[in-house]
Amino acid sequence: MLMMCGATALAQKPADAYPGVARLATASEVAAWDIDVRADFKGLPKGAGSVAQGQDVWEAKCAACHGVFGESNEVFNPVIGGVTAQDVERGRVANLTRSDYPSRTTLMKLATLSTLWDYINRAMPWNAPKSLSVNEVYAVVAYMLHLSEVVPDPFVLSDHNIAQVQQRMPNRLGMTTDHAMWPGREWGRRASRPDTANTACMKNCATDPQVASLLPDFARNAHGNLRDQNRLVGPQRGANTLLADASAPSAGVGAAISPLAAGNKASMALLTQHNCTACHGLERKIVGPALTDVAKRYNGQADVLVVKIKSGGVGVWGPIPMPAQNLPDADAKAIAAWLARGAPR
Amino acid sequence: MKPDTPHGRLRKAPEHFLNAHQWQTVVSEWRLGRRGFFEKALAGALAGGSALALAQTNPVGPEGGDPHILNLPEHAKGLGLGVATDGYGKPSRFEANVQRRQSPGLTQTTQASVSFAPLQSLFGIVTPSGLHFERHHQGWWDIDPSKHRFMVNGWVQKPLVFTVDEIMRLPSQSRFHFIECGANTAVEWAQVAVPTVQYTHGMISCSEFTGVPLITLLEMAGADLKNGRFVLAEGGEGSSMTRTIPMSLITSGEVMVAYGQNGEMLRPENGYPLRLVVPGVQGVSWVKYLRRVEVGDQPYATKDEAIHYMDLLPNGTHRQYTSLQECKSVVTTPSGGQVLLDQGFYNISGLAWSGRGKVKRVDVSVDGGRNWRSARLQSPVLSKALTRFNIDWVWDGKPAIIQSRAIDETGFVQPTYAQLRAVRGTRSIYHNNAIQSWWVQESGEVKNVQVA
Repeated sequence: MLMMCGATALAQKPADAYPGVARLATASEVAAWDIDVRADFKGLPKGAGSVAQGQDVWEAKCAACHGVFGESNEVFNPVIGGVTAQDVERGRVANLTRSDYPSRTTLMKLATLSTLWDYINRAMPWNAPKSLSVNEVYAVVAYMLHLSEVVPDPFVLSDHNIAQVQQRMPNRLGMTTDHAMWPGREWGRRASRPDTANTACMKNCATDPQVASLLPDFARNAHGNLRDQNRLVGPQRGANTLLADASAPSAGVGAAISPLAAGNKASMALLTQHNCTACHGLERKIVGPALTDVAKRYNGQADVLVVKIKSGGVGVWGPIPMPAQNLPDADAKAIAAWLARGAPR
Repeated sequence: MKPDTPHGRLRKAPEHFLNAHQWQTVVSEWRLGRRGFFEKALAGALAGGSALALAQTNPVGPEGGDPHILNLPEHAKGLGLGVATDGYGKPSRFEANVQRRQSPGLTQTTQASVSFAPLQSLFGIVTPSGLHFERHHQGWWDIDPSKHRFMVNGWVQKPLVFTVDEIMRLPSQSRFHFIECGANTAVEWAQVAVPTVQYTHGMISCSEFTGVPLITLLEMAGADLKNGRFVLAEGGEGSSMTRTIPMSLITSGEVMVAYGQNGEMLRPENGYPLRLVVPGVQGVSWVKYLRRVEVGDQPYATKDEAIHYMDLLPNGTHRQYTSLQECKSVVTTPSGGQVLLDQGFYNISGLAWSGRGKVKRVDVSVDGGRNWRSARLQSPVLSKALTRFNIDWVWDGKPAIIQSRAIDETGFVQPTYAQLRAVRGTRSIYHNNAIQSWWVQESGEVKNVQVA
């Protein structure tokens, strides 16, 4: 089916096959949108900016996220750093071969200067893209190149000298397209075989499977409680990662026989029985606050909580009132006590 | 219908659970007031199967039966809700755990970030649109389609502008394709880093996309399809994301300007009202909020082709323009972070896919890769779409390591971690398609592991 489409494409349908659909783009429309700059600098507008001007723009509009020297790791990965004067000479960044070097900055990886100009022009600053003038883009690029030992200060980057500056990009010779992961024939002859060649052994395969890597115990709950990230019905349940590993027998047995745990379970059953959970999620605000949030605020204050449950209230968590609840005193006390000890499971 | 049409051409329940003679008897007995016969006849029909052993997880209670059977629930004794209670229906309230999620600590902002699809909870091959993974570079927008435009320029005879109305007037196609982020499974290159399949593999989704082949739009503009070997696709949002698309993939008819997803319009998070669909290619090329394509004779070295989405080799060289998603698979149930309820029968189920075409075969091992059995591929098996596989397994309560290994129609076999690292090292980020291992412990808890 797809091959047939290809054959049609080669035949080139007449351009008026769909009358009444689409119109010619005007020159000003194309100019407004066609802003891309290619590696050979096709599309680059005329202009210029100095390292000093770039530093001013950078400190005003870029440094908050990227750091004054482009080194910050707070919001985005570091942009600047890791390149040397030797890299500029060689066109290869030596730190990319080091497994002990902690970072791969933009300037370490980048081979094409056009990319830097194009992306800053189309997408920066992050919260106000396309707000820089052409000369400001030149200036910011000049400042970044200066921080990377590519250009001196003073230096003015312009459409006239940018092709020469390209010849000083630290990783300009660091790329290859010799691989089988481009889904077309546009590169001409390149590696056409994938770089791995597994075979489909079926019986007694030459492997002695040993667990070589698994998550450390301290990371067990790092992605939140996995119990709450699995469906409540089906062949499996999510593991309760607030508890120790289910495979550790002491933890499992201990939890099962603890009277406190039994009390928690009974209290949580009361929440369902008296419809508390219609408005209060265990860990999530619904109409009212999350029960874990209530537990935090009224830690150890069971008496206060009994009154709150029986009489209702408004204003502590927002404008939606909680009506007085009609439930047996014993149940209210049990729920209050459970909340006061932190709403444990 | 003609009066002489033979009986049996139309099947109506419940009469045709019975043969004609039985039905005659039912009618005559009913007339005599002996309606109990009907139940007996049905019970007899049902008893034809083998006797069911009671599942251990549902023991008979002291009342002599399951209270959920013996005591009729509210919904069996009351009046339910009416039609159109919810004009755009939502999942059951019991499905609230099935959510797309961020991986804590992966990114510092939510606008330049990713959320992962809950593969552990999905069936078949279609990802519900609301659970589709997200990857935004500068936040998402809900764009007014009446104000959105699409432009074709560059090496064309006539640069054109389309409204969304006009795109939707053209002959359309609907096809199922997977979209996988090039960075799916990225955090696992060096060692295990995350607990569940949602976080290891959740940057993949599969939808039926509806739209217009891009080649149609290029032909309308009179594009130079011979010399214009590269096409730039550009988005309309803040970062105006750009990527280079191979012309050969466009002339094959596969690349599509899509507006539809799973029978409805694209979701805003997925590029409403227009996105590019580039089958087999990593998600970053499926440009969202698509505003423009430009035909040219060179690749464009865009930000996500020159700084990210490249593959670092051990010698410090980057492979650039690595776009294709190679053959890969993963078992989704049972999978990391789940606990098996009991010993006994399980249906091991998972997903397989290849950016080079159809999945040909999936093998499953439960002993860490020493012995393998071929799984059942569930139809449909489509090119560059997810394929669902299933295989029977009886768990004896002993530790097991479950793996799946996909083979695509080119004969490519999904690699092991050792094979992948031998060529690309451990510092790579993108295109990790290694075989995944899940360790089923004696407790029933499943953990993400890598085997040596």
